[in-house]
Amino acid sequence: MEKMPAWADVILIPLISLVLAAFISALVILFIGQSPAEALKLMVTGALGSTYGWGYTLYYATNFIFTGLAVTVAFHARLFNIGGEGQAMLGGLGVAIACLYVPWPHWSIALVAASISGAVFGAAWAAIPAWLQAKRGSHIVITTIMFNFIASAVLNYVLVNVMRPKGSMDPATERFSQTIHLPTLHEILLPFGIPFSKAPPANISFIVAILACLAVWALIWRTRLGYEIRAYGHTETGAVYAGISPVKITVITMLISGGLAGLMGINNVMGEAERLVLNATEGAGFIGIAVALMGRGHPAGVFLAAILFGFLYQGGTELALWTSIPRELIVVIQALVILFTGALDNMVRTPLQQIFMALRRKES
Amino acid sequence: MTFQKSLLGASAAIALTAGAALAEPAMIYDLGGKFDKSFNEAAFAGVTRWVDETGGEFLEIELQSEAQREQALRRFAERGANPIVMAGFGFADPLSQVAPDYPDTKFAIIDMVVDAPNVRSIVFNEHEGSYLVGMLAAEASKSGTVGFIGGMDVPLIRKFACGYAQGVKAANPDATIIANMTGTTPAAWNDPVKGSELTKAQISQGADVVYAAAGGTGVGVLQTAADEDILSIGVDSNQNYLHPGKVLTSMTKRVDNAVYDVFSQGPDMETGIFVMGLANDGVGYALDEYNEALITPEMKAAVDEASAAIADGSLKVHDYTSDDSCPDLQF
Repeated sequence: MEKMPAWADVILIPLISLVLAAFISALVILFIGQSPAEALKLMVTGALGSTYGWGYTLYYATNFIFTGLAVTVAFHARLFNIGGEGQAMLGGLGVAIACLYVPWPHWSIALVAASISGAVFGAAWAAIPAWLQAKRGSHIVITTIMFNFIASAVLNYVLVNVMRPKGSMDPATERFSQTIHLPTLHEILLPFGIPFSKAPPANISFIVAILACLAVWALIWRTRLGYEIRAYGHTETGAVYAGISPVKITVITMLISGGLAGLMGINNVMGEAERLVLNATEGAGFIGIAVALMGRGHPAGVFLAAILFGFLYQGGTELALWTSIPRELIVVIQALVILFTGALDNMVRTPLQQIFMALRRKES
Repeated sequence: MTFQKSLLGASAAIALTAGAALAEPAMIYDLGGKFDKSFNEAAFAGVTRWVDETGGEFLEIELQSEAQREQALRRFAERGANPIVMAGFGFADPLSQVAPDYPDTKFAIIDMVVDAPNVRSIVFNEHEGSYLVGMLAAEASKSGTVGFIGGMDVPLIRKFACGYAQGVKAANPDATIIANMTGTTPAAWNDPVKGSELTKAQISQGADVVYAAAGGTGVGVLQTAADEDILSIGVDSNQNYLHPGKVLTSMTKRVDNAVYDVFSQGPDMETGIFVMGLANDGVGYALDEYNEALITPEMKAAVDEASAAIADGSLKVHDYTSDDSCPDLQF
């Protein structure tokens, strides 16, 4: 089949999907007797209309960039890693261990150590499903999703029985030391004379996330390993014929993927909560799948999609705060966007492709 | 970001505050949601009573995520909401961070103590109310074995269990108490199926009265107890009506009164630690048309006597959280 122009693939399809999702969301809001225009205005001003809103949007986006990249890297080797949630949970545990038990002299050293620790924990959690897939043929979709449950049980056990301070009812660790407090965007931008709201949790991890985007781009398209990953993803038999080991590629790709998901811990555990709480990931691992689908396998796309989902999360919170739209419905709105941009992608793509082909035939 | 954006942000903030009446109270429900048939719903009942009586405006949010705890607190405080009430011990950490930043805003937290000059910490003497229902359980039991089913295994719920055990032993020193917890995570607050299984397990060990201190999980406990024709004891709200004649009584924890008081007193409310016990009707046991046939005049007399003795201080019920131990029950 003829290909569509790139701009249609990258911009037009997500845009149409978004408009469709927004339209159905508007109908739903109308149905419960609220004004869709007001709701949209509230979401946009609440998420993008102030540095405060941007701070939260970027905080959520940072989470989604890490998990989105994790899914993207695995996609290139045609591995469907839906264990980002569990890998991010374990990554958070790794970050918490690094932050709690070592008296770091400065946040920058702590950030490096916590990043390594989080990535190692996340990668270790992905290593077992990867090995099972490579050596035993156990399907990675099944094993990674099951490992999400195990991760949640592990975290439970550790928080309730080991890391909870005595006498506390909350299943959470104690706060990390103030010396390793990560600079927020407010603190980073202040020396440049740029005023940024103090309240939101967006922090230096956002910059780490951007660096991760660049690193993933370089890895996939500028290294030999990236070439092998892509070759393996396109045709396994061809890759084997070219001397690429499926076991090696499967395991390495999943390690990188799990490591990226685990890195999320520096944002939500070290940057925001500054302690490890139960359910710190809050579904970011699953949102990462939608982000990767929307990002079409490219880090730049992942970055933009993550910002969009950050907007949806922060906008959703504003709706919950200032309207009487029930929180279940806010989840419905978020889900509609995922449904249209991720699952129903072909619904928009196929007709659009036919239109483009018809146009082209006319020309020629 | 850019200067223009911060300008936009400032104008947006002004636009938001301009529409708001000054000093509306705000209510923040925990992750369980306001219709959990238990703790959050009791808070919602208090809000509803205040609205019915005053017709006042208020703000509310049901949390969706952990990150929203601090965010909701700050947003309501910046908007000028006062006082801001939050239900649940999970708010203790965020509130201790946020409260000093808004010294002119009053906060109220239920079930936890946060030490700040503008915070009212409301805690309940659940062990006192549990002591009373424990006495009733021991007297109503024919087998001499009674059960306790807790929600999440936290010190707060052990406090319920410990008070209950002391009440049981006071009424019948030879009684056996079986205590189980549903789980160790917040999911244990809302697992009626597991509540039902635990009830059956306790019945097979001879229990014929079961006390559920488990939030939404208790619905399953009460249902199974009614199905198996034994007695149960409800918690937090008066749950006697759920299975008339099968629910012996309910240990009432008047979260609704606490929320109603804060809303009524508005921005001028007093801060500090407020202990709601038997003496000030913060806890108690429920007696209504659904269970009056189950409570004999002798039982009522004995419990009311103990209640008066606890209220005036002549009878002390041991509080588990005071030293993390219980004289009458092992965990």
